[in-house]
Amino acid sequence: MTETETLLRAELHRIAPDIEIEDIDRDEELREEFDIDSLDFLNLVTALGKALNTPMPEADYAKMGSFNDMLAYLTQKAT
Amino acid sequence: MPSLGADMEAGTLVEWLKVPGDAVASGDLLAVVETQKGAIEVEVFEEGTLEEYLIEIGKKVPVGTPMAMIRVKGEVVAEKTAAPKAPKPEPAASKPEPTPATSTPTPRLKGDRIRITPAALRLAQSKGIDARTLGDIGTGPDGAFTLADIEAADPSVVSPPAVNPMDGMRAAIAAAMSRSKAEIPHYYLAHAVDLTAAQAFVDQTNANRAPDERLLLGALYLKAVAKALRKYTEFNGHFSDGAFQPASAINPGMAITIRGGGLVAPAIFSADSLDLGGLMSSIRDLAGRVRAGRFRATELSDATITVTSLGERGVDQLFGVIYPPQVAIIGIGTPHLQPFDVNGAVQSRLTTTLTLAADHRASDGHRGALFLRAINKHLQKPEKL
Repeated sequence: MTETETLLRAELHRIAPDIEIEDIDRDEELREEFDIDSLDFLNLVTALGKALNTPMPEADYAKMGSFNDMLAYLTQKAT
Repeated sequence: MPSLGADMEAGTLVEWLKVPGDAVASGDLLAVVETQKGAIEVEVFEEGTLEEYLIEIGKKVPVGTPMAMIRVKGEVVAEKTAAPKAPKPEPAASKPEPTPATSTPTPRLKGDRIRITPAALRLAQSKGIDARTLGDIGTGPDGAFTLADIEAADPSVVSPPAVNPMDGMRAAIAAAMSRSKAEIPHYYLAHAVDLTAAQAFVDQTNANRAPDERLLLGALYLKAVAKALRKYTEFNGHFSDGAFQPASAINPGMAITIRGGGLVAPAIFSADSLDLGGLMSSIRDLAGRVRAGRFRATELSDATITVTSLGERGVDQLFGVIYPPQVAIIGIGTPHLQPFDVNGAVQSRLTTTLTLAADHRASDGHRGALFLRAINKHLQKPEKL
């Protein structure tokens, strides 16, 4: 597992500790899979942006739809 | 024979606690029944006179079998059968279920003293166990109850697990909402609101902001409600001591869902005097603390109205239940695109439905409608919020 994935998993666990990553569909809408609201999502984006020192603009939210989308987006920003 | 648990099919009558001719009232104990879970007292739920027994002591009968006839006051022909209210769970006896029809020690008759060793009696008294509820025979000589019987009957050890116990959160919601629906004469209003301007303002504001500086529509809702409350004061306060008491501050409670079940609506104090950035900080702080279980009691007690939003993944509208002693709750549905009239032309617009449930003792629908329209007006000028 890459460092980026470890980070994403940890932040999702902090927000949705009742959801196991193994139980979700990684290609489905992240907010649905983890049952997170807009405030949770904003907190997630805030934490990831700080950890990776990247701005996470709202205009890019569409590229952060699923777990896999988000991971790909973060991986690209982290390199 | 009452059902004293979903798995109970039959019960054995071991003792009558009333005799024919006795006056009985709701809550009186009528009989003792032996079940898989131990001896359980059967209550009467009517007022009248016990007319006759319909089954004999020692008889095992299926659930639903009439056990006795009670003549209700004023009734000429007795027709009612005894049935219990929800029985208290009773400790199970340690002995195997007796079958009184065949067991050697005969079941106790009314008035018989139970046999119990002195040590067992002391222990039973100290634990608050009524030995008479343990069945008719113990495991000792001549069917006497022994220390081991009482220990085995200790409710802290052998009580059957309560069926679906309500946790504190569910019990608190149940109590508040039951009280609300029992006491508060709610009236309901709905208003379709165009959120295009509000969303555009949020998008524009957030475009150049770091994530922790960004706004959510929720902050705009709260501010719009808080500003409207300055004029519509009869929706902001508490109904107590038989009258509406307007609040001096505007402290809207924000409904926050708790993962795993339940919700709370702690207050954002003086929300009308905070700017949108300040409101966002308060929202984040409050939501974070609620999820960590660290909000303050005054944040619940000092809320003067509730605002509840379904967020992005909900449905069109919700009609709230007022949180007593508050007198109003504003509901905001999930924003979605739909045809909307804009200056005579139908366009696809981001809309939501704003609802109000309010206490008719404190306000009327006319003012409620004006209140909703005022909130809408504020949402159309987001830059002034």
